[in-house]
Amino acid sequence: MASDQALRGLDNLELRPSQGNPEPGRLARKAWAIAWPKLAAIALVLVIWELVTLSGWKKYVFKGPGPVLSNLWEQMQHGMLWATIGWTLRSAVIGYVVALIVGSVIGLLTARIPPVRAAIGAIITALQTMPSVVWAPFAIVLFGENNSAILFVVILGAAPSIANGLINGVDYTPPLLLRAGKTMGLHGFALYRNLILPASLPAYVAGLKQGWAFAWRSLMAAELFIAIIGQVSLGQQLDADQSNLDFASVSAIIIVLLVIGIVVDTLFTKADLAMRRRRGLLDPAAAS
Amino acid sequence: MRVSDEQVTPPAAVGPGASAPSRADAVRLTDVSKAYRTGRAELLALDQVSLTVHDGEFVCIIGASGCGKSTLLNLVAGLDQPTSGQVDTTGRKVGLMFQEPALFPWLTAGRNVELALQARGVPRAGRRAQVAELLDAVRLAGFADKRPHELSGGMRQRVALARALAQNADVLLMDEPFGALDAMTRDLLHDELERICTERTLTVLFVTHNVREAARLGDRVILLSSRPGRVIDEYTLPRAGHRRIDSPEVSEVAARLTDRLREEMGRHGI
Repeated sequence: MASDQALRGLDNLELRPSQGNPEPGRLARKAWAIAWPKLAAIALVLVIWELVTLSGWKKYVFKGPGPVLSNLWEQMQHGMLWATIGWTLRSAVIGYVVALIVGSVIGLLTARIPPVRAAIGAIITALQTMPSVVWAPFAIVLFGENNSAILFVVILGAAPSIANGLINGVDYTPPLLLRAGKTMGLHGFALYRNLILPASLPAYVAGLKQGWAFAWRSLMAAELFIAIIGQVSLGQQLDADQSNLDFASVSAIIIVLLVIGIVVDTLFTKADLAMRRRRGLLDPAAAS
Repeated sequence: MRVSDEQVTPPAAVGPGASAPSRADAVRLTDVSKAYRTGRAELLALDQVSLTVHDGEFVCIIGASGCGKSTLLNLVAGLDQPTSGQVDTTGRKVGLMFQEPALFPWLTAGRNVELALQARGVPRAGRRAQVAELLDAVRLAGFADKRPHELSGGMRQRVALARALAQNADVLLMDEPFGALDAMTRDLLHDELERICTERTLTVLFVTHNVREAARLGDRVILLSSRPGRVIDEYTLPRAGHRRIDSPEVSEVAARLTDRLREEMGRHGI
């Protein structure tokens, strides 16, 4: 039949021509295009920082980039800083993983069961807007000044965002896809597993990302607030440096916190982009 | 009973044996009404609609906006319940296709089709071959690994058709499936749909806004009035093999359908 050949021709015409291998220089140029604005921003910050230092503003507290960076470099030579970072990251990961499990289970139950939603839907949103460090005094009474108290604060900080991300995802499952899924006979667990949960993924990932940000800042607040005897953490290091008037070290630790935040955020952003690319949610012109 | 009477049926288009009475009923609607509550007002979407689709018949439903076409398909698909009257699909399996392909964007074309097989309990071992066969039937053999966003609108709609076929449906309900496609693609897909329906002896209930499309594809065309939706006319067309959309025969039927629809729309313009 002539029509099927016409159809095949039309298919070939409509498909985007496949992109060949990128020419060798392209990767380097792309890397540079991504890198230079960041490098420029860092340079600008350093220049402004140096200018403020030169102006002599609060010069006993406010140290310039030179002393701070050399302090950071010095600390990096010693195991102490790494052990501190390691401990804090360990708390962050444990707290986040527990928040992930708790938040996901609560989110799923809330999204699925109307009475549960009526009961705790508003509470989750309220918790989300609340700085979780307000739980610290309560946590100290409950657990004592130890790591459980800190984890409690972190989990309360992160879980509501994760739960809300999942609830939003379930709520915004496109009705048309639901109709399609139901006509093909998906129901119950299979409907959730094959349709609602995958459709929720973008909102869920956004919730995970926000949950991480909340976990990280809750952890810092909790570490500053809750001193564990014999245990160093980045928060406690900040507290100790302030007491010792070692402001170069305070600034160095802040830089460490910033870098960790940026690295983790980049990982989430990469995961998010990969997912959106697979689903065709990225503008191909903007993504290239 | 609402049957076409000789006056409104274009004589040129009626052939002997156009609808073989011996065929079994596939879908039967008896005095079906459907009302929706919107706030205080009650909207009657369908009013006492009775129609029968025979096995292997291609029935087009045409009407202006607000004739309750989508409501009708939802009722037949079992996604909604009528306010009164009976919908009987006589134990046949029903598959539904929409104007949008409604493919799952996180799955490849092949996996989208496979999910329909999985949902009806086809064991994993047999699925692969069936997916290949179904994609081949809609002439997308090489595209199993593409994701929906990598395909054109016409190709996506064919994946959706393959997915509907994967549900092993005897009755295909189609809600303006080609409405969002360009004329050239639509024309080719008419040929494809016709071929597939003949090969698999499918019964089709096809809703459209497009009179030419109805005249091109239908064995029978049913006209619905708007607000409330009622059956106002029925045209039986001869199944004279392959009809071209630009043939004089299709044009003539389309012109008649248009006239009748305008008359109906005019009622609401006063």
